[in-house]
Amino acid sequence: MAEAAIELIGINKSFGAVRANRDIALEIPRGTIHGIIGENGAGKSTLMSILYGFYQADSGEIRVNGKPTNIKTPNDAIAVGIGMVHQHFMLVENFSVLENVILGAEGEALLKKSIAKARSELHRLEDEYGLEVDPDALIEELPVGLQQRVEILKALYRGAEILILDEPTGVLTPAEADHLFRILQQLKEQGKTVVLITHKLREIMAITDNVSVMRQGTMVATRKTSETTVEELAELMVGRRVLLRVEKGEAKPGAVKLAVKNLTVRDSRGVTMVDDVSFDIRAGEIVGIAGVAGNGQSELMEAVSGIRKAVSGTVMLDGTPIDLTGQADPGELRDRGLAHVPEDRHHVGLVLAFDESENSILGYHDKPQYLKGPFLNLDAIQKDAQEKIEKYDIRPANPRLKTANFSGGNQQKIVLAREIEQDPGVLIVGQPTRGVDVGAIEFIHRRLIAMRDQGKAVLLVSVELDEIRSLSDRILVMFAGRVVGERGPETSEGELGLLMAGVEHKEAAE
Amino acid sequence: MSTPYAKLPAWADYGLIPLINLLVAFAVAGLVVLLVGENPLRAAVILVEGAFGSGQGIAYTLFYATNFIFTGLAVAVAFHCGLFNIGGEGQAYIGGLGIAIVVLSFDSTLPWWVVFPLAIIASALFGALWALIPAYLQAKRGSHIVITTIMFNFIAASVMVYMLVNVLKPMGSMAPQTRQFLEGGQLPKLGWLLAEFGLKVRPSAPLNISFLLALVMAFLVWVLIWRTRLGYEIRTYGFSSKAARYAGISEPRIIIVTMLISGALAGMMALNPIMGDQHNVPLDFVSGAGFVGIAVALMGRSHPAGIVPAAILFGMLYQGGAELAFEMPNISRDMIVIIQGLVILFAGALENMFRPTIQGIFASISPGSVGITATKGERA
Repeated sequence: MAEAAIELIGINKSFGAVRANRDIALEIPRGTIHGIIGENGAGKSTLMSILYGFYQADSGEIRVNGKPTNIKTPNDAIAVGIGMVHQHFMLVENFSVLENVILGAEGEALLKKSIAKARSELHRLEDEYGLEVDPDALIEELPVGLQQRVEILKALYRGAEILILDEPTGVLTPAEADHLFRILQQLKEQGKTVVLITHKLREIMAITDNVSVMRQGTMVATRKTSETTVEELAELMVGRRVLLRVEKGEAKPGAVKLAVKNLTVRDSRGVTMVDDVSFDIRAGEIVGIAGVAGNGQSELMEAVSGIRKAVSGTVMLDGTPIDLTGQADPGELRDRGLAHVPEDRHHVGLVLAFDESENSILGYHDKPQYLKGPFLNLDAIQKDAQEKIEKYDIRPANPRLKTANFSGGNQQKIVLAREIEQDPGVLIVGQPTRGVDVGAIEFIHRRLIAMRDQGKAVLLVSVELDEIRSLSDRILVMFAGRVVGERGPETSEGELGLLMAGVEHKEAAE
Repeated sequence: MSTPYAKLPAWADYGLIPLINLLVAFAVAGLVVLLVGENPLRAAVILVEGAFGSGQGIAYTLFYATNFIFTGLAVAVAFHCGLFNIGGEGQAYIGGLGIAIVVLSFDSTLPWWVVFPLAIIASALFGALWALIPAYLQAKRGSHIVITTIMFNFIAASVMVYMLVNVLKPMGSMAPQTRQFLEGGQLPKLGWLLAEFGLKVRPSAPLNISFLLALVMAFLVWVLIWRTRLGYEIRTYGFSSKAARYAGISEPRIIIVTMLISGALAGMMALNPIMGDQHNVPLDFVSGAGFVGIAVALMGRSHPAGIVPAAILFGMLYQGGAELAFEMPNISRDMIVIIQGLVILFAGALENMFRPTIQGIFASISPGSVGITATKGERA
């Protein structure tokens, strides 16, 4: 076994009473790709932030190339050859690639020399690792996949021997992700060490040599990837056996519940986000909208649920139009049986500072069963919340607890319970399992299938292709604001991936 | 990544932390007293005795506290909606105009118990109207309410100078103020209430029935915010405007309604000095109470149960401070303002300074006693 590039010994980190990392021991051999996997809040990001100098461990030791190292700031990390590519890119949008690469390493007062040096260095890196980017292009004009490449270049330019990537595929199309993996493979062949943080089991299996699993702040296991299975990793992550596949019967589509016709939506800057989109959803089916984040799915959902103004087009709910002027009253749409589980449960779907019971009526707070004249009927609200907690197995089972104290999965269950229990005819669901632990995903998926089987129309928007494919009866693919194709659930991931990347079907077939 | 924080039990959150902040404020203030060559301990004794040592002192302390309860509640209601109403000063001032109109019209013909309810309505109405314009500009035009309410304080000051000098001043008088109110415009004093407890209060002590009104309003604000549908909507909007939009709460409506309530509470503050004490409407009768309300609301964590004691604390600083300036020649009025400023600094602005340490101590003593919360996207 090769010498360890990084060795962590007994790392502890607490935030207040929360022990985000406890007694972490980890050894990453040089020249390998090492995956770190775990649910949200398992402590992966904290651990990597310690390694990169954003946080300092309360106790423990970091050894880089066998030498004990004190990493206090990201600059210390860079100095010992550790580079990091963040989930959210740290690039200056209106700078060129070159300018971004030298940012923070400008050298002297005049830029000319360092730009010239960076240019030749970029050429070398390009040849060596196949990292092709036009050095003079502006960041804002580059697609996300290339922006990520610039982040990798930045790290390499600073002499990184160890590269940490935090959830790198979250914003990529499957094809872009494949390309990224090829680059990582190449880096490995050149002797670099890659640490890949992710919650996607499939990526771990595809690319890593070794994988470490974190759960609740501890490192529960490290395996050779070739000697483990997806099932074992999932079990290690959650701490119990999980069903990864959703069982569902044949759909029995009925009458059209929601009809979207020629819908066009612009965002606040006037950019067209949804471009002439038309589709129907029938009772008893789940229609999935696939696409890379930022291709208009969010705006589509907001327009259909009456929160966002549409420029043109119509949306018919049970044959009656929805007000698309942006003045629609979401309360009235709820009365008409349109429920909406928003993508952003932290800021939209929930008020985190509220008690659980207060959130369990959000949007339905004007229903007579929750009121006594102008006053809230607290007894009824508590009782109602308690019932939902039991039915949806929300933990902890305390309606008076602040919502922020619930885990992501339980918060999502609060939203789902609220929307589903009002018995809507149409349910719009955005990213139902984002940041949700594996155990709760299973539950949420089964609830959505149950909705469908009760004859409800479900519109599912998700960037998780697996989720779309396993739940949907029909899949619409959105790219650059338009629906570029409709496919059945049996469609291969490759084909959907090409559609998501904007490659026309005809070209794809060739 | 969100930074997790330990959550403290309520008694520590609402009791221990403000107390520690207060002690630190007084400790620093003590250093200032030491600096001018006086004994800080003696100063503290004079301050507290001046405020609570006699019936007369208590009456003055509670009289000042009454002002601060009204303005503190006004700021707190707006806070719950995520709005920073800096205009309590101007709203209270204009509230005085409403009172002047009612009292000058009726004080010769009607008894005080008829004039008082009318004056309450008039002060609330005028205060609310003064808040309406900034509220409308915020709701419909997005003009920031902090800026507009500050500007409206200046406008209110100028309007009142004009009204008092050119309209309300009796003919031939040299003072820019209304005529003295007759019996119908004078509120009963509450000195007898303190006398019940065996305290000696002179009839001139200004504590009056508006103190009880302030307590009633504190209770009503609690009911409004935590027990009504409107309060639920106000809090929802205050925590997350996006969640409010999602829940079908109209943004312009909730902003305007909240600011009307806030302005009305500020306007009512004028009842206390005008009808309760001075019995006329003079220039600058608000004298900073609108701004102290901000500190009171901050210190009271925007909860009426915190605002009332915080208001009494500031009442104590006002009353005890006056005694202190009188007793200690080296301590001037300005020194008292410094002490008040320190209390505002530590209790309000630096409210969270000692929190992490205290949370750490709690966590190490009994990890089970503290819950866990992700504070991302959440306001204190």
